[in-house]
Amino acid sequence: MSRYSIFTLARNALTNHENWTEAWRSPEPRPDYDVIIVGGGGHGLATAYYLAAEHGITNVAVVEKGWIGGGNTGRNTTIVRSNYLYDASAGLYEHALKLWEGLTQELNFNVMFSQRGVMNLAHDHHEARDLKRRVNANRLNGIDSEWLDRQQVLDFCPILNRDPAIRYPVYGATLQRRAGTARHDAVAWGYARGADARGVDIIQNCEVTGLDIQGGRITGVETTRGRIGAKKVGVVVAGHASVLAAMAGLRLPIDSHPLQALVSEPIKPVMDTVVMSNAVHAYCSQSDKGEMVIGAGIDLYNSYSQRGSFDVIEETLVAICEMFPILSRLSMMRQWGGVVDVCPDASPIISKTPIGGLYLNCGWGTGGFKATPGSGHVFAHTIARDEPHPINAPFALDRFASGALVAEHGAAAVAH
Amino acid sequence: MMLIECPWCGPRDQSEFRCGGEAHIVRPTDSEGMSDAEWADYVFMRKNPKGIHHERWFHAHGCRRWFNMTRDTVSDRILAVYKVGETSPVGDGAAAEAGAEASK
Amino acid sequence: MSGQPFRLDGGGRIDRSRTVRFTFDGAACEGHPGDTLSSALLAGGRHLIARSFKYHRPRGILAGGVEDPNALVQVVTRADLSEPNKRAGQVEIYNGLKVRSQNRWPSLDFDIGAWTDRLSALFPAGFYYKTFKWPAAAWMTYERIIRRSAGQGRAPTGPDPDRYEHRHAHCDVLVAGGGPAGIAAALAAGRAGARVILAGEQGELGGSLLDEPADGRRIEGQPAADWLAAALAELAALDNVRVLARTTVSAYYDHNFLVLLERVTDHLAPADRTAALPRQRLWKLRARRVVLATGAVERPLVFPDNDRPGILLAGSMRRYLNRYAVAPGRRVALFTSNDTAYRTALDLIAAGVTVGAVVDTRPAPDGPLARQVRDAGVAVMGGSTVVRTSGRRRIDGIEVMRLAADGRSVEPGLSTQIGCDALAVSGGWNPLIGLHAQARGRPVYDPDTGAFLPGEPVAAERSAGGCRGTLSLGGALAEGFVAGADAARDAGCAGAVPPKPPIVAEEAEAPPRVLWRLPGRHGRPGRAFVDYQSDVTDKDLKLALREGYRSVEHVKRYTTAGMGVDQGKIGNVNVLGVVADALGVPVPEIGVTTFRQPYTPVTFGAIAGRGPGRFLDPVRTTPMHAWHAANGAEFENVGQWKRAWFYRRDGESMARAVNREVAAARAGAGILDASTLGKIDVRGPDAATFLDRVYTNMFSTLKVGRARYGFMLGEDGMVMDDGVTARLADDHFHMTTTTGGAASVLTWLESWLQTEWPELKVYLTSVTEQWAVMSLCGPMSRQILAPLTEGIDFDGDAFPFMSFRDGTVAGVPARVFRISFTGELSYEVNVPAAYGLAVWQALMAAGRPHGLTPYGTEAMHVLRAEKGFIIVGQETDGTVTPIDLGMDWIVSKKKDFIGRRSLFRSDTVRTDRKQLVGLLTDEPGHVLEEGAQLIDEATVPRPPVAMRGHVTSSYHSPNLGRSIALALVEDGRARMGGRIYAALADRTVPATIVSPVFYDPEGKRQDG
Repeated sequence: MSRYSIFTLARNALTNHENWTEAWRSPEPRPDYDVIIVGGGGHGLATAYYLAAEHGITNVAVVEKGWIGGGNTGRNTTIVRSNYLYDASAGLYEHALKLWEGLTQELNFNVMFSQRGVMNLAHDHHEARDLKRRVNANRLNGIDSEWLDRQQVLDFCPILNRDPAIRYPVYGATLQRRAGTARHDAVAWGYARGADARGVDIIQNCEVTGLDIQGGRITGVETTRGRIGAKKVGVVVAGHASVLAAMAGLRLPIDSHPLQALVSEPIKPVMDTVVMSNAVHAYCSQSDKGEMVIGAGIDLYNSYSQRGSFDVIEETLVAICEMFPILSRLSMMRQWGGVVDVCPDASPIISKTPIGGLYLNCGWGTGGFKATPGSGHVFAHTIARDEPHPINAPFALDRFASGALVAEHGAAAVAH
Repeated sequence: MMLIECPWCGPRDQSEFRCGGEAHIVRPTDSEGMSDAEWADYVFMRKNPKGIHHERWFHAHGCRRWFNMTRDTVSDRILAVYKVGETSPVGDGAAAEAGAEASK
Repeated sequence: MSGQPFRLDGGGRIDRSRTVRFTFDGAACEGHPGDTLSSALLAGGRHLIARSFKYHRPRGILAGGVEDPNALVQVVTRADLSEPNKRAGQVEIYNGLKVRSQNRWPSLDFDIGAWTDRLSALFPAGFYYKTFKWPAAAWMTYERIIRRSAGQGRAPTGPDPDRYEHRHAHCDVLVAGGGPAGIAAALAAGRAGARVILAGEQGELGGSLLDEPADGRRIEGQPAADWLAAALAELAALDNVRVLARTTVSAYYDHNFLVLLERVTDHLAPADRTAALPRQRLWKLRARRVVLATGAVERPLVFPDNDRPGILLAGSMRRYLNRYAVAPGRRVALFTSNDTAYRTALDLIAAGVTVGAVVDTRPAPDGPLARQVRDAGVAVMGGSTVVRTSGRRRIDGIEVMRLAADGRSVEPGLSTQIGCDALAVSGGWNPLIGLHAQARGRPVYDPDTGAFLPGEPVAAERSAGGCRGTLSLGGALAEGFVAGADAARDAGCAGAVPPKPPIVAEEAEAPPRVLWRLPGRHGRPGRAFVDYQSDVTDKDLKLALREGYRSVEHVKRYTTAGMGVDQGKIGNVNVLGVVADALGVPVPEIGVTTFRQPYTPVTFGAIAGRGPGRFLDPVRTTPMHAWHAANGAEFENVGQWKRAWFYRRDGESMARAVNREVAAARAGAGILDASTLGKIDVRGPDAATFLDRVYTNMFSTLKVGRARYGFMLGEDGMVMDDGVTARLADDHFHMTTTTGGAASVLTWLESWLQTEWPELKVYLTSVTEQWAVMSLCGPMSRQILAPLTEGIDFDGDAFPFMSFRDGTVAGVPARVFRISFTGELSYEVNVPAAYGLAVWQALMAAGRPHGLTPYGTEAMHVLRAEKGFIIVGQETDGTVTPIDLGMDWIVSKKKDFIGRRSLFRSDTVRTDRKQLVGLLTDEPGHVLEEGAQLIDEATVPRPPVAMRGHVTSSYHSPNLGRSIALALVEDGRARMGGRIYAALADRTVPATIVSPVFYDPEGKRQDG
């Protein structure tokens, strides 16, 4: 593996950059692995990385039906935060945020984690009450979180609509300064490179078509490139979790929905934080390249088509133009959709299953990207030890039977 | 944006409708005797298929009637619209076929 | 003509009789009506008009339209109002137009940022993934610098003063594209009687027909311009055809839903933009059939130094020459792999421009066009390639060598130097298949032309002309006529007639040669740009491949190729070709990148339309709203409603106002506008059965004339909504819901009724807005109401608590409920909405001697909290059961209801769940913060701290003379009298856990 630094970059400049080695290999699948991770998104690659790096399990394959990072990892609006209400969620997302803070160094790959702060706007005192409840809970969970009044919000993000007479004027906001954005592709690539260097095989263009289950235990996967044996299989296929679960005869509390996002053309910096609003349903940040990155809401029907409907885009831009009047004359350069799997309590499932050796990591809804390192870290633990890490124990599949849900939907209506 | 044929009003923009999720889930009448897991299966678990999906739609900004629709969740093609209490004219055979097409 | 030294003396479609004056970077420029910014700048001899994104390289106009990757400018309308990243080829000039170049400092000619180009070896694709990692904390600083140098234009600094309009439309046939194929399709469909919309992107329809010189190709024996004029006249005369100029079909969604952007006033001088017109109009169109006639864009050749100003695509150069009468230079060279450049060469010669040479990668260019050029005395250098170009701010020469047979290297020998001030380049044509792909079509690669063609359509669309790879004029017209007629027929138009395509006299074009990266001089490949806008060279692409980024999506994302404003319209196919070549596989194996909506950028404001501002969300007001406003009310949002929050008197503070209102309601009488509560009329023989199923408690046992408070749960057992429902008759109920929940509850009830229990005969009608509701409460309420009322006996036994009576109030038919949300004697007067204000005023007048005080929602909250009454959404958050609220009595054990089984799950039967309690702070004056978390420790330990619950409601209670709070606390009911601490940012506030009922626990006051 080529080491990345300013010095290696300068040295390679002298040789026309012709001596860089592959960030990851493209091996043929071996007949058997200790662990197969189905799904080469950020979560799957992180899982493989931590299996190798933390648990010494290196005989691992990540099988990906397309190209790594091509699903929701490469389609999201890259927001990272941990200011969740409930202890279980706070524990999970803060675990992730702490890993984000060292990820560039850990991976020797700049994931451009930018702690520019995330503001969640309140537009009246009712919203403020709910948001303050969250601020208070965050603080007691050791998560940085503060309340900004209207003037502080406008000072922090001057391009917000300052007119007090609009339908939903800015009332206040929570601010998590350690939150921000990261470069989505880099996360997948960085983990892939790190995992590969530790011996993990990353196998792209390899779709899983069946799960081999014998006597209640998983023994391998059927793929478009043949059968691959495995002692354990972790399924991390955002959007398609139900499809894989059905191969094991399981039904999940999940519906797959389209989620759209869009970017403007690149402009010089106008906004150096992330702004989210539930009431005026929009969230927005500016990428390092200069595009305004804008997330839309989900379409309320099930679809695997990675396409949503235009009225959702329209609603989103109504909200953006309302909240950021100077952006009205910018243009939508590109829009796209992903498939998100939504759980009834807006919390993920990171769990063992009734089938021995089969593990599930899914149900992240619209907000999985921020959890990538933490999700991979605790999922690797769950697979390696065949028991959940204390952090993901509350996110087991059986919570839907017991009723012990982690009901973040009330707390984070526009999740992500 | 889909064009949906309401059984009462005719073709209308999808924005007039609301999707109510999987259809033909029957509410258990004997929940008393069910285990927590069995009850959870009814309340939370869904087929969420990639391909043929029978689902409920509500003409929220129209006649306010619920109806059923069979749609391919990959192509988003609407294969049938039918009333509550009816079975979908699109059977399982078609489902398999559409699934095969979808995975192409 | 001094301002337009490169304007030709004759020809073109510009209006020479008038001169248009504009500025570019402050310098005075001029042109004529009909010019675009590109053509006018070229007429002025200006080629350098932009700096590139990454290396700040000097760039000029490459293409003729929206596809141009280089020519992005900032259009300045006012100091605070300018738009970034406008394509110069799409900006029509007007008097007073101000344009600025972008991404340069201090000036376009001298740009400090160009140092990055000198050090470009340090900035290969993805360099930022490898660097800026040390020290870790410095990334935010690095990032700030990166951000400042990234981005292109600047956002406006002021709000957008313009109006945008949406138009919904249907048609039989939409024709996307106003070129020859599109016009032909519209003619054929229009003649067949179809309702047709023809959308052309430019100010003038005609597309490539406008690029023909007067003596160019002839259609049915006429010059192209004459045929075009006749065709447009025929379309204009057809009532069933609507022709939209300056209108781009931007996006193609499922089920033939398309979005078109019409630019209505952008081309006009600000003074001519009348207020009656929107700036832009967004068409939301449902088309039975779509004909895609979007044409093709030319692609450059990938050769060393291929990005200098003065290098234009050959077809675009021909457009400037013929349509705008602009000479691209004094001495022009051409470099091609197909016959396009020869037409350009011939027209240059005809216009009197010196043509230095035509360099052709094909070994023996010998088509009819090449022969004509050769016959005109121009050197045609077959089997050759340009290995270098020179000139800093504008090209001044090229160096040509012989290509080896395989096209991958040059043959030994000397190079030929050719001086030129412009170079026309053609690497073939890319059909614009974006809309086809947006409509889920899968493009197919054609190895003969190196182009992607539309595949089998998935949606009801068909392609014709250039976007189908048909580059001849005759072919495009023929396909257009057939496509238009077929589309009309498929759309069900009976009048379809077989088309008769016109006969076009034109030279056949010889086959092109497909080569991707052309070689440089021996061993010196040079820098060849594949994506101009993102500054991606073939080396960058190869570096990505070397590093394992092999999927074309990885290559794109790693190098940023195709991610710019142009979205790779010109560059993407070359990216695929170079990548395939480097990997040694055929192009189709690389795949094709996804074409995302929109085709060209669409203004946010146009998509938002009239949505922002006044129409963002409806404002719902009650019939008494004006009275509240006139009497000092401040309003709060509750759902879409504006509710009177409190009434400020004589400049008092909110706290004083609320205290005054609360005290009055208990001491004398208060009145609240409760009209916003959701109201549903439930009727039918099975109405009682239905309510038994949706409420936790029993309603079938409710007697006519009585009312009952009920809870609705979700099937998950959690409280969803609450309200009082009264039985009007055996088969008739009046249900109330929360203000915010009204619509969702109705929809939810309908879903159960229609889909789960269709056998129940029950009919639901929303009557929220039919009734005005005033809640009169306090010990004096009966004295105030009774004298105004007829037909109701107010005697205690005759009108018991939780019942209603019909009568008249102030002469208006009314239904009066004896229900109470304050714990006081209380009457809820319901009258038809239209009489609401009159009855309210009558009550106020009647109440004046008794001190009747209007109170708002804040006082209502305090009053109900004093009584421990919950508010759904405040004491509940989707995780709370009735049992958690201590309301076991409301949960029937005799029947099933929605959510019942969930109350018996292992987690819901826990006895230590969070339960509703009251809190009294030790310090009676301290009002806890709502949302404060509750802990067991008097001093906050180190995180994570175990949280036992949180404060849901908290007020100063004037009646108790101290603060009160409601809270959800773990195992709260077992902790009565116990201590708990609210954790604030800097300290804790001790409190005692008490019953949530603070006031009149025996409930004596409700009977007056």
